[in-house]
Amino acid sequence: MARVGGELKLLGLWASPFVTRAKLALQIKGLSYEYVEEDLGNKSELLLSSNPVHKAVPVLIHNGKPVCESSVIVQYIDDAFAGSGPSLLPADPYQRAVACFWAAYLEDKMLTPWGRVFKVKTDEEKAEAMRQTIAAVDVLEDGLKECSGGQGPFFGGDSVGYVDILLGGMVSWVKASEPLSGSKLIDAEKTPLLAAWMERFCELDAAKAVLQDVDRVVEYAKLVMTKNAARASNNN
Amino acid sequence: MAGGGELKLLGTWASPWACRVRIAMHLKALSYDYVEEDLDNKSDLLLTSNPVHKKVPVLIHNGKPISESLVIVQYIDEAFASNGRSLLPSDPQERAIARFWAAYIDDKITASWKQAFSAKTEEERLEGTKQLLVAVETLEGALRVCSKGKPFFGGDSVGYLDVVLGGLLPWLQGTEALCGVEFLDAARTPLLSAWAERFGALDAAKAVLPDVGRLVEFAKVRREQQAAAAAAAKN
Repeated sequence: MARVGGELKLLGLWASPFVTRAKLALQIKGLSYEYVEEDLGNKSELLLSSNPVHKAVPVLIHNGKPVCESSVIVQYIDDAFAGSGPSLLPADPYQRAVACFWAAYLEDKMLTPWGRVFKVKTDEEKAEAMRQTIAAVDVLEDGLKECSGGQGPFFGGDSVGYVDILLGGMVSWVKASEPLSGSKLIDAEKTPLLAAWMERFCELDAAKAVLQDVDRVVEYAKLVMTKNAARASNNN
Repeated sequence: MAGGGELKLLGTWASPWACRVRIAMHLKALSYDYVEEDLDNKSDLLLTSNPVHKKVPVLIHNGKPISESLVIVQYIDEAFASNGRSLLPSDPQERAIARFWAAYIDDKITASWKQAFSAKTEEERLEGTKQLLVAVETLEGALRVCSKGKPFFGGDSVGYLDVVLGGLLPWLQGTEALCGVEFLDAARTPLLSAWAERFGALDAAKAVLPDVGRLVEFAKVRREQQAAAAAAAKN
């Protein structure tokens, strides 16, 4: 892979779907980088000083300057390495606005309730959060139709783009959803375009290189939920 | 004022998100058709242009709709790149910093503000105001870093982040009346307080931003209506 435009370092956590987004973008753009696996129970000085506001991963450090927030990192990679590999965002401002609209939808309407599934205490709250997440996936099916414009299986049309990477980072967790909750997040019967999207996405070299093993994610998620439940009962 | 094609903006006078877009349009010297929506009786145009959220603002450019205030502001900056000054920095690192803080404003500032505003108990309100004050101090730090001693987040001239925060200005100024804590306190956050005065003095701000007193009365009435509706729904 090309070592283009200076030193790249990514601070991450193997399980994090947000870190996976950054890895996918770097891989697709053909960029080499140093990866640092953080221990969130013992965060490095570098992480704390690079992301003092959120103290979270991923953080991309380019020539010593940090970029934080996964969606901001993916856009940064596209901007800063415009000559490297394919463009992640469309060139046309309107198409770009459509992509950014659906990226925002993904974060606000699907990922926000989905995150709650792992944090809330009662089964009712979990079920409600899952219901909201699945409702958002239904709408996202329309988003895929709008973004791809019938040009291909991806949000980016016939090639992978920004929204594909943002959703793509979540794929191992999407697949983990059925063993964890009993519900399929992306169900070929309800959202056939998204199901086809997921299959095609997983065939990409970048996806094969980067996506986490689903069984490992399932075990990790169970651990996180147990910890959160214990913390919640300790607070009562 | 110049425009490139037909521009129509659906908004409401009180919406800080619509204000962001209107400020950006003013800064880019764009003429457009403004439609004041009634959120209790949304127009067909609004419902068909933003079927996903059914919310304002929506910008319709040559018949094509764009929704979400941050998306719209960036779209205006790109589609009308030759109009006036760029709102977003050209340097990728600086652009990333601007986007980071825009996300912070929309996630942390508005969430804690809303909690303090809509709180049903004093405990909830205090939690909201506590988080809001932490967020404001963080934003003060951001302004220090982004402005590098110059008047705006964008430096010498107004940029993306100024527009993102500026649209909220009357709501921020109304925070004491609405949430019980002063958002812009010159002693606590001198840079932000000075920025607020400077931003408020801009032609774009004067043309677009609603009067704080009017906004506060409107917000109080709206809050009472929503509380009454929620109580009625429970019975």
